[in-house]
Amino acid sequence: MRSSLCASIVVVLASPALSVAQEAGADPLQYSGPAWSPYLVGALIGLLTMLTLYFSNKPLGASTAYARVAGLIGKTVAPRHTESLKYYQDNKPAIDWEVMLVVGAIGGAFLAAWHGGELTGQWLPPMWEARFGEDSYAWRTGAALVGGILMAFGARLAGGCTSGHGISGALQLSVGSWIALICFFAGGIATAMLMFRL
Amino acid sequence: MFDSPEKLALGLVTGIVFGFLLQKGRVAKFEVIVGQFLFKDWTVVKMMGTAVVVGAVGVYALVTADMASLHIRPALWAGVLLGAVCFGIGMAVFGYCPGTSIAACGEGRRDAMVGVLGMFAGASLYVALYEQIAPLTKSLGDWGKVTLPDVTGTSPWLWVTLLVAGGAAALLFDLVMRRGTPTISTGKPHRASAHQ
Repeated sequence: MRSSLCASIVVVLASPALSVAQEAGADPLQYSGPAWSPYLVGALIGLLTMLTLYFSNKPLGASTAYARVAGLIGKTVAPRHTESLKYYQDNKPAIDWEVMLVVGAIGGAFLAAWHGGELTGQWLPPMWEARFGEDSYAWRTGAALVGGILMAFGARLAGGCTSGHGISGALQLSVGSWIALICFFAGGIATAMLMFRL
Repeated sequence: MFDSPEKLALGLVTGIVFGFLLQKGRVAKFEVIVGQFLFKDWTVVKMMGTAVVVGAVGVYALVTADMASLHIRPALWAGVLLGAVCFGIGMAVFGYCPGTSIAACGEGRRDAMVGVLGMFAGASLYVALYEQIAPLTKSLGDWGKVTLPDVTGTSPWLWVTLLVAGGAAALLFDLVMRRGTPTISTGKPHRASAHQ
């Protein structure tokens, strides 16, 4: 009964959303090569967030898993130290829903890239190469490391990332998530302009 | 140590769909993420905007029917402001976000794999400093788990309607702009413009 009601909400919502999305992006399979229209993908991610809240009783978010996995590694390398950390007393490190989400996402993206013939082994994104040179491997590696550190640290401090705050939180009309979303873009725009426009 | 098998399976399936969609949506690419920050590529805004509009209608329909509950994160002002700016800086330098970097790893991108290692380091750093940082995040006040309807004393449907109207206006604008410039590399005519 309840799940049939949920299914009908999905259908009622999906049909106009998807037809608008298709309209806006032309044929999704013809949208610049193997990619789909961003409107179509956005509508499907919106539905996925809703179904996740219904079936898993969780907001869709990707960044929590990093602290979990770090805790699992810590537990095997230095169990006593890891268990003494306050964060892991409040949030037990475990193989849980969030960790499986990340594992699944690697597989899902692999399938999609394979299906579209987009599997690659690229080190330097073309835009990076055009700006910083063909042999900027060390710089790219350093930037990816530093950027990853800042991003994960910031996500834990803010309580979420682009999916947890930016999509799941924003669509629930959370005050903190809308503030976070604005600040993500403020920090990102300023930094990208400094790196690529100066 | 482990969630129940059903929960793990549900997480895995959700992840597969999520990763598939992120890759198909082109957001697992450096150019698309950084291009948005430079206002050269609007894929990220289009996708997130559509997800927020569709998801808001769906989630509030479920909540109104008493079939789901909201999961709001607390508005800890100092934590959200500092953390989110730090996140944005990192995202522009790295060129991916936590979800899309995972999708970029699935695509085989080596720089994304390096960045994911950095993310483990960043998460560990936060965990190590958690006891010192946690009080700091509350230093500018904690509004708790509040929504825009809560703080303004209005109906959530007012906000959902505003989102739908704003989304429809943006979509219309995009379509009108695109009719003026018959573009895109596929060389095929757009159905949207072929319709008229």
